[in-house]
Amino acid sequence: MSERPEAIDPDVDLHVPDQRAETVGGAKWPVLAVISAGGALGASARYGLALAWPVPVGGFPWSTLAINVLGCALIGVLMPLISEGGRRAHHLVRPFLGVGVLGGFTTFSTYAVEVSRLLARQQAGLAMAYAAGTLLGALGAVSLAATATRRALAARTGAEYGVRTP
Amino acid sequence: MTWLLVIVGAAVGAPLRYLTDRAVQARHDSVFPWGTFVVNAAGSLLLGALTGAAATTDTYALLGTGLCGALTTYSTFSYETLRLAERGWRFLAAANVAASVLVGLGAVFLGAGLTGGTLA
Repeated sequence: MSERPEAIDPDVDLHVPDQRAETVGGAKWPVLAVISAGGALGASARYGLALAWPVPVGGFPWSTLAINVLGCALIGVLMPLISEGGRRAHHLVRPFLGVGVLGGFTTFSTYAVEVSRLLARQQAGLAMAYAAGTLLGALGAVSLAATATRRALAARTGAEYGVRTP
Repeated sequence: MTWLLVIVGAAVGAPLRYLTDRAVQARHDSVFPWGTFVVNAAGSLLLGALTGAAATTDTYALLGTGLCGALTTYSTFSYETLRLAERGWRFLAAANVAASVLVGLGAVFLGAGLTGGTLA
């Protein structure tokens, strides 16, 4: 049996046959609908957090940093649960939670504009700190969350088969 | 009211990211996540243009916070970078980070320049 190809791109990866097929014919409408609904939910949460935690002009954009790092931690939990190691979930879970909610919650464009605005205001140090801080926070969060989730899943699988895990 | 504009923009932006990602992958078979790279660059260009044009609160909510916010993504970008590194494609992972950030920033300045505005 050949190994099932695993996605690199969690939004959609055409190397994965199930994902390639999910826009064929009428199947695409529920997929697009849950992505749309999830995106609206995620963006609403981001908008709400930005309103609750406003950043003054020239200030460090803490709210966007927190949103992006949190969203990266959550996708690091989600993807091992629903797609790695041959695990499967309902076919609308990834489109709704991964593509929609987390994709709508996190934002690259706001991050890029905030770095650019700090640069344009000659606040190079703050711009660099924010640019690098978000990158390190996001990549660290996704890596730690994915590792912890995979370990938890492996421990549970091991327990089911009566294997003791350290 | 403003909240509704964010919702409408995001309801279009998120599926637009998914469809664009598919279209890019269908035309360009590669392990490098070009689809996500393209939507993040395009969204940064548009948000730079809106910022430069000093868009009204409503326009910014609909097209900026909503559409660009949902069209672009940090979660997808970070997970695919992790996957590239884990699969041994460390150069592609590093290139994805460097190219996404540098092109994203360049796109913002380009967008702001196109609308004749200032970012500061």
